[in-house]
Amino acid sequence: MFFNKKKREDKKRLAAEIRQSKDKATGLAQEFEAKRQELAQNQGPLSKELKGTQSTPTGLLAGLKKGLAKTRSIFSGSILALASGELVDNEFLEELEERLLSADLGVATSLKVIDHLKGQLKLGQIKTQAEAITSLKALVAGILDLGDPHLPLAQSGPTVYLFVGVNGVGKTTSIGKLAAQLKGQGKKVLVAAGDTFRAAAIEQLAHWCEKVGVDCLAKPQNSDPSAVLYEAAQKAQNEGYDVLLCDTSGRLHNKKNLMDELAKMERSLQKVLPEAPHAALLVLDANTGQNAIMQAKEFREVVALTGLVVTKLDGTAKGGVIIGIVNEFELPVYFIGVGERVEDLQPFVPHLFAESLLS
Amino acid sequence: MFDALTQKFNDAFKKLTNKGVLTQSNIQASLKEVKMALLEADVNYRVVGAFLRSVQKRALGKEVMGSLSPAQQFIKIVSDELTQMMGGSNHGLLRSPSSPTVVMMVGLQGSGKTTTAAKLARMLKKDGKKVLLASADIYRPAAIEQLKVLAKDLEIDCFDSNPQMTAEGIAQLAKEQASRGLFDYLILDTAGRLQIDEELMNELGHIKGLIDLTEILFVADAMTGQEAVNVASSFHEKLGITGFILTKMDGDARGGAALSIRAITGQPVKFIGVGEKSDQLEPFYPDRIASRILGMGDLVGLIEKAQQHINLADAKKMEQKLRQNDFTLTDFREQLHQIKKMGNIGDLMKMIPGVGAKMPAGQEVDTGQLSRVEAIIDSMTLAERENPGTINGSRKLRVAKGSGTDVSDVNRLLKNFAQMKKMMKKFSSMGGKKSMRAMQGMMGGPGGFGPFGGA
Ligand SMILES: Nc1nc2c(ncn2[C@@H]2O[C@H](COP(=O)(O)OP(=O)(O)OP(=O)(O)O)[C@@H](O)[C@H]2O)c(=O)[nH]1
Ligand SMILES: [Mg+2]
Repeated sequence: MFFNKKKREDKKRLAAEIRQSKDKATGLAQEFEAKRQELAQNQGPLSKELKGTQSTPTGLLAGLKKGLAKTRSIFSGSILALASGELVDNEFLEELEERLLSADLGVATSLKVIDHLKGQLKLGQIKTQAEAITSLKALVAGILDLGDPHLPLAQSGPTVYLFVGVNGVGKTTSIGKLAAQLKGQGKKVLVAAGDTFRAAAIEQLAHWCEKVGVDCLAKPQNSDPSAVLYEAAQKAQNEGYDVLLCDTSGRLHNKKNLMDELAKMERSLQKVLPEAPHAALLVLDANTGQNAIMQAKEFREVVALTGLVVTKLDGTAKGGVIIGIVNEFELPVYFIGVGERVEDLQPFVPHLFAESLLS
Repeated sequence: MFDALTQKFNDAFKKLTNKGVLTQSNIQASLKEVKMALLEADVNYRVVGAFLRSVQKRALGKEVMGSLSPAQQFIKIVSDELTQMMGGSNHGLLRSPSSPTVVMMVGLQGSGKTTTAAKLARMLKKDGKKVLLASADIYRPAAIEQLKVLAKDLEIDCFDSNPQMTAEGIAQLAKEQASRGLFDYLILDTAGRLQIDEELMNELGHIKGLIDLTEILFVADAMTGQEAVNVASSFHEKLGITGFILTKMDGDARGGAALSIRAITGQPVKFIGVGEKSDQLEPFYPDRIASRILGMGDLVGLIEKAQQHINLADAKKMEQKLRQNDFTLTDFREQLHQIKKMGNIGDLMKMIPGVGAKMPAGQEVDTGQLSRVEAIIDSMTLAERENPGTINGSRKLRVAKGSGTDVSDVNRLLKNFAQMKKMMKKFSSMGGKKSMRAMQGMMGGPGGFGPFGGA
């Protein structure tokens, strides 16, 4: 199931990859640049406008470049540096498996990846360690690439994005960052303080809104969060906002009441804007291990998830668990968080992610 | 996912049941399943390796373990080793010889430091201690505000910091205030930071140099994956942590990070966070988390929790009934009151070996639902309550009408009751309070329902 869907595509991709992967260090930069241009061209209007902010020196592009430099420098000490023209042997596969496990891919996904390589080995499609690594990365990037990841936009009226996730993953911060980007594109942005539970959550969000200069709709602590979202949707509609970003309280996915509350919040948005939310984004912390699978599964049960945001990738965690999640639930990753500053939200680039996995 | 895990784990043990003695070759399959289980639980793979080696060594040693079958021996060794690795008995907070005792909370972003600081303060206050809270998180928007709000709710003093101050300055001034005010404890919250952020790590180092810290508690999210070892060891190297706290244990993560952090730092887990409310901090018991990581449930925890809340005489009576297997809906209704007092049923169920892993998420039962269950039982005749099997379609309709619920609700209750009875029967056959006896039960003592139940 895991690979069948993409098998043919993968094979083609792999063949090409193997041929052109002589100089990976510069290749990476080229690939990245190509990908970025491709993204800029192919994405929906929103992403196109995102590109606008990229060109400002302190904007997204600078951040991306920094991210890339970092990826590259970690990369030099990676398994790829060790991998050579030597033939793939068991020891090598074992080491590879350990790398995958330690990148949080989980047992099942790691085994599938290794089995895939073994299959290729048998067919003579790969021979050397370098080829195996290239193939692995192409496989991972292929799984993560679900086509053009552009955030959906409303046909008319305000576009609504709902952020959900367990406690402390980075929902509020990601909203702050995205609000800044959207505002940079000249959008009129409203943010709804849907976390009425956690102490000072409203202040935290209000602080972000003030900082990036967007409007924030909040009601007092302990108000019904559905009411907050309802009012925000009305305000967004009546006052001609382009985008409404909805924050929600962190909640563990095994708490039925809280998950029901989330479903209710989604419905209350729909009372005003039937198509809302146009994207429901599950925020995942890259430090999270296998439990992230459960999170995706359970949040998907209560809201119509459209994609993921993976935060804290500026740390040392690889976030490999998302490979299984993207594959199983077909949820694209829209953004990654790479720090706590406004500019630390970047578009997700499957190839880069695959590269950094083995570092 | 966890279902499969428990199943695999149980299978591995089953494979051993028919073998004579533990040998290098016949334990390999079981070791492999243990390995998988631990990896799925997010235990770091290097830690898993070390663990398996020690299990293997003991399994092949000439240890005499009474009348245990080889399979029982193996599961006991795995469980013992894991418990031992988790750090023996539970450790409380250290106390400095001269007040105030200063406790600093450190960790990655979003791990739960602020909430946990407030929980610790509340716990100490309840213990009659005078506590000062202080936030040195000058970075995250409204972080200081968050701690102040929590402190106010709990009626605990909070140092009046602001983001214009430095973290070091806050630590020092708060310490002075705590000394002057004759506080027993100062709990210092700090900003979340990456272990690779040198500047911010140095900030913590400075604080450590400035004031005497009795406890430096590393706060870790129970959901953390493989990186837990690197993060914890960096914090430990740079600061010398004295213990750690595992948060969000009310989730369904197995918490393998606990084992990793413990193994890598050698420092004990001191508390676990089990909810967002300020009273949801619990002492840590190694044997419980060992069984959770292995997917064997927390039997000891369940029993203790039950003992805390259930009237002993009533419990005796109930136990009697359970033993004789004549626990009826009438008794169930009576017990609902007790159960309500014990807290979330889902949490309790998760502590039962073999159930925890099989509990679908969202099995939480709210008190409103309990009241509905009571209403349903109230609408049954006495005979029906004693013998629920007689409740047929038309009776169900009547009961549903009488209780203002749907037939599906009645069905669900009856089904759950039947399940519960089955479970309780097994539970009762284990009888004892002591972990050893519980352990024996788990290992398939008479009527046990552990991995060998019915095998
Ligand atoms: N290093 C790093 N920290 C991040 C990133 N995203 C968020 N954080 C930090 O993580 C912590 C938690 O972030 P929040 O945005 O408050 O998370 P949340 O999901 O809204 O949390 P709750 O509302 O409490 O559930 C904060 O300290 C953020 O600054 C990231 O990409 N990298
Ligand atoms: Mg938040």
